[in-house]
Amino acid sequence: MYVANLLLVDDEVPFVETMTKRLSKRNFNVLSANSGQEALEQLKKNLSIEVVVLDVKMPGMDGIKTLSEIKRQYPLVEVVMLTGHATVESAIEGMKFGAFDYLMKPCDMDQLIAKVNEASGKKRQHEEKIIEARMKEITGRRA
Amino acid sequence: MIAPPNYTSLARNMLLTIIIVSLMPMIIVSGSILYKFGTSYHEKVKAHLGELIQKHKQNIDYFLTEKLANIRMLSRSFTFEQLSREYFLQNNLVMLQQEYGPFIVDLGVISETGNQIAYAGPFKLGRASYANADWFKKAMKSEYFISDVFLGLRGVPHFIVTVKNYNNGKPWLLRATIDFVTFNNLVEKIRIGETGAAFILNKNGEFQTKTWLDILADKELYMNFLKNKNNMDGNIHIISKTNASGHKHIYVVAFLKNGDWALLYQQSEADAFADIQTAKNITIVIILMGALAIVIMAFALSKQMALRFIKGEKEKQIMNKKIVETGKLATVGELAAGVAHEINNPVAIMVEEAGWIGDLLEDDDLKESKDLDEFKRALEQIRTQGRRCKEITHKLLSFARKSDSAVNDVHINDLIREVIALSSQRAKYSKVLLMTDNLQEGLPSIKLSQSEMQQVFLNLINNALDAMDEKGGTLEISAQLDDNANYIMIKFADTGPGIAKANMDRIFNPFFTTKSVGKGTGLGLSICYGIIQRMGGEIDVESMVGAGTTFNIRIPVENN
Repeated sequence: MYVANLLLVDDEVPFVETMTKRLSKRNFNVLSANSGQEALEQLKKNLSIEVVVLDVKMPGMDGIKTLSEIKRQYPLVEVVMLTGHATVESAIEGMKFGAFDYLMKPCDMDQLIAKVNEASGKKRQHEEKIIEARMKEITGRRA
Repeated sequence: MIAPPNYTSLARNMLLTIIIVSLMPMIIVSGSILYKFGTSYHEKVKAHLGELIQKHKQNIDYFLTEKLANIRMLSRSFTFEQLSREYFLQNNLVMLQQEYGPFIVDLGVISETGNQIAYAGPFKLGRASYANADWFKKAMKSEYFISDVFLGLRGVPHFIVTVKNYNNGKPWLLRATIDFVTFNNLVEKIRIGETGAAFILNKNGEFQTKTWLDILADKELYMNFLKNKNNMDGNIHIISKTNASGHKHIYVVAFLKNGDWALLYQQSEADAFADIQTAKNITIVIILMGALAIVIMAFALSKQMALRFIKGEKEKQIMNKKIVETGKLATVGELAAGVAHEINNPVAIMVEEAGWIGDLLEDDDLKESKDLDEFKRALEQIRTQGRRCKEITHKLLSFARKSDSAVNDVHINDLIREVIALSSQRAKYSKVLLMTDNLQEGLPSIKLSQSEMQQVFLNLINNALDAMDEKGGTLEISAQLDDNANYIMIKFADTGPGIAKANMDRIFNPFFTTKSVGKGTGLGLSICYGIIQRMGGEIDVESMVGAGTTFNIRIPVENN
């Protein structure tokens, strides 16, 4: 059993590769994508993804656009934004669009793991609540 | 920097322009008025003199004609025998003198041979013979005769009037002597000004009247007039000529006695035109004074103007310097942002790769390696340097970043206290005393970005603490409203080692630092400068080596 199912989105391929290795070693299930478009495709294929770590600055479809698309299609998936210093504003904007949190690049591994755990924890809680609500509904129907 | 234009030549041009533009019309107007007025005045004076002489000529002519008529009447009214009787002649003389005044001095009857037959008058001439007298010969040739002035037998200047008549076919003459003094008065009373005088000359240039003028020198001139008589039509001739002594004179010539005599009036031009000369002099004095005033004014004005230009130029240069400074910051900022972004990603990858190696070292089979500690040290070093890169890039990015924080009403004193609270721990380690006794209470709140201002304050405090790191000292922060309540003045005065003079000009330049490698990026003050500039404020520095450094910030109370 993995700690969390993770999708890493960044246009810097070596960064994604190294992070994937390091996170996998820490028992995360890591999928990767190099663009916003690819990220959406991965989400479509792998419904088990819980947390998306998303770079704000990408060519083509940028982080904010990708985020809003993810939130529209998969509202329960949590997103952690990765940003350079100059794009803190866009990270803040991202949080307004429903991102869970943001991290500054280059980021500390421990911080990243902590954020991802929080995010996945939140998502699971969320899902539990939804299941509870469903169960209530079902049990209520029976009664 | 552009060399300042040559303002002395500008001032000179201005001076000349003002002088020419002001003086030219004045000179042209007064000159032309003076000329026109002078010309017409000259004509007036001459016309007046002409009229005067004309009148006198008529007077004299009339006088002579009248005397002649008196004698003629006497000669016609009585016979030769009657008049030859001396007492009869005497009676007639007395009667004439009573009727017409004492103009006729004596009377005489002269026979054709030139002997005086009868005489009445004050001179005991008795039976004088005039047979050889010049005038007698001339008188015998014409019916009437008026002689030139001569001394005659009596030895006194006089002239005579004769009328020829016939007795039994023989001609005889009735002669009357005209009182020279009376006649002289007719002419002599023509006196105008100081030099204007009249006199009568005969054909030979001999005086027929007395005159006080020294005429001899100019005799030739007068003879010229007389000779040219035939060329002169009409009655009066007005001539301007330079006489022998070199003075310009006006001469008025009128001919009497059918051209035998000339009535001459002469006056020096300087005297005749004295009034217009006075007017001219006054005008010239006024023009000169006006010109002087204009020159002085033009001089002062152009000087003042040039000074103002120079001042403007200086201000412009300062402004240009500021613009260049700001431009430099902006350019460097953009460049820095680009570089920072590009470097950020590779650094991130490097750090991650180092992290990955660290992860792998945790594996059991590598743990036994004898160089494990050395690996770990190297990795730690990579991480440390990566962080350093990250710090630099982040500072660069914040340097270039547009004002990101919202603008709020901020109380400067509160902000300073907050920042001091953040720095107090560090200050304690640096043995620096932070003093905030001079924060003026009740400062107006300013609209500005709180986080930017914090950054400025923190940068300045950190710099001061760094500067005083070794020896400790005091950092006094004060905030005050300036006298006009337009600016809030914030001072950061430390007692550190001061800034070397050579560095004073460069301390706000990006990447300029005196800190050792790795300790400072050289961006702190640049960032402060940029932020304060954007707020419309000013930041400058005063420093004395060994005594300390003061940073002054002026922030406008109302603009933003």
